[in-house]
Amino acid sequence: MSGTGTHHQGVWILGEQAQGRVQRITYELLRRGRELADKRGTDLTALILGHNILQADLQETVERGADRVIAMEAPELEYFLVEPCAACVLKIIRECRPEVVLAGATSTGRTLMPYVAVKANAGLTADCTVLDIEKGAGNLLQTRPAIGGNILATIKTAVHRPQMATVRPHSTRPADRKPGRTGKILRLPAPKECLASRIRRVGFLPDESKRGIQDADIVVVAGRGIKKGDNVPVVQALATELGAALGATRDVVDRGWLSYPHQVGLSGKTITPKLYIGVGASGSIQHLAGMQTSDTIVAVNIDPDAHIFGVADFGIVGDLFEVVPALVEKIRKAMESR
Amino acid sequence: MRIIVPIKQVPETGSVKMDETTGTMIREGVEAIINPLDLYAIETALRLRQRLGGEVVVISMGPPAAMSALREAVAMGCDSAVLLSDKAFAGSDTWATSYTLSAGIRKLGAFDLVLCGERATDGDTGQVGPGIAAFLDLPVATYVGQIEDADPSQIRVRRLVETGHEVLEVRLPAVITVVKEIGEARLPTLQGKRRARSIDVPVLKPEDLDVDAGKLGLEGSPTRVVKIFRPKVARECTRMSVKDEATLEAAVNALVAFLRKKELL
Repeated sequence: MSGTGTHHQGVWILGEQAQGRVQRITYELLRRGRELADKRGTDLTALILGHNILQADLQETVERGADRVIAMEAPELEYFLVEPCAACVLKIIRECRPEVVLAGATSTGRTLMPYVAVKANAGLTADCTVLDIEKGAGNLLQTRPAIGGNILATIKTAVHRPQMATVRPHSTRPADRKPGRTGKILRLPAPKECLASRIRRVGFLPDESKRGIQDADIVVVAGRGIKKGDNVPVVQALATELGAALGATRDVVDRGWLSYPHQVGLSGKTITPKLYIGVGASGSIQHLAGMQTSDTIVAVNIDPDAHIFGVADFGIVGDLFEVVPALVEKIRKAMESR
Repeated sequence: MRIIVPIKQVPETGSVKMDETTGTMIREGVEAIINPLDLYAIETALRLRQRLGGEVVVISMGPPAAMSALREAVAMGCDSAVLLSDKAFAGSDTWATSYTLSAGIRKLGAFDLVLCGERATDGDTGQVGPGIAAFLDLPVATYVGQIEDADPSQIRVRRLVETGHEVLEVRLPAVITVVKEIGEARLPTLQGKRRARSIDVPVLKPEDLDVDAGKLGLEGSPTRVVKIFRPKVARECTRMSVKDEATLEAAVNALVAFLRKKELL
């Protein structure tokens, strides 16, 4: 049984699939999980719940670092439903007793993991940005932004097992694929007694909006420094000139200047674009948690002490209402002269 | 329909300041408010009561000061409130919080729906709603952005996921957590405020609940914060200051050159 105890071993990740295809978050979790398993000197298992999962994708899961892939399948598991998924995960972790279980901090993981953790009597840490193994004791060290995102906290679970954590999507790159890497692939029918659900999925309304900030190569983010919603076009002009997606800090979204899908940060989206440009964004820790792994970071802020400069590669201390229009003009000329 | 709304009192995060030397939060002078995302849960509950009749009960676990958050919820229109407050509850992580709140909810008698905010703005975990559902052994629908239909036996909701909205039919009793898009929360009314001042809000302690003392508070929490710190600065920043026309020109030119060198332009 799970809960407290000593005979737990192995690192597990809970992968995700959609229409039988293994999703990117699975491969991101493999990078995290592989690193932890190596440090702990143990195996990495990927558990994926679904229906008719593509064999080639399970093979790819092995090639990206899993020593063992368990595909637990039933028609009832085609889409995420919390009760059957939790029942299946609970049953298998009670049998196999992993020491660590990681999942994505997605709409699925953030629902499934707390449900499972309660029933497994296990500790769970949300939205980790850094995971490590404690030297000596071997505990999982889980680091996440805390207290409204103003500081980082490292959390551990000393006694209860498994140690569970969710990890932000896009907070790390997918694990590299090593063709020819071998591992076990098991397809198990989900236990019948685990499949009851008091929730029925009766429809789906896809989001038709164009590509989001998570897929963009360049993201220009508006912060509270823009002062009012009427000034969004100032930042939008820069985004348009660069062919970039427009992002926003939590302050800007809370004030209704831009809508929630634009939000970058702990309570919004994590982004890893090639270029991030923060305009009037001070750089609260909860915001940094969502963008600090961007390849190149540029900041424009009037406050020389703004935290954003601490993570930036290039910073301009100045009034954004002067700097941004001048920059748009300069970029336009630079593009024309090519 | 009898609806339970668990709420949390949080510091107004915009005004949270850190003590740089100790790494702790400066609480003095920081306003305590109802977790802004819980206001959407309260609003949703009040709208359901308007449509279907019934009762809305708010419950909170926290220090005695959390009483003011409960009274504010009553001022918005909730029928009654209960506070779970005791030293033994202090230091709870999300597991222990879910355990204690679920015990408090059981104490309130039969209900149809538990309605939670998506997460609290201070802890930012979003784990307590599903945690309560697990302790009560109820189905849970998270990230609900719209309630399409509700009757005493089931509720049909739109759940916000990464690629769109799922339409789910959830058998009652159940737990749902709601997101901002469900609709703007109302303000307290004058009449509500008057009622909130006079209403009796019971304070429950561990001995009033059916709980195992070892599962409460810090002691009952599987997770423990072992270190708090500010992140280290990792990047070398080229920094230009704009003071006049000339420095503006220089800064913008330097940035464009930097972006070109990095092949980003």
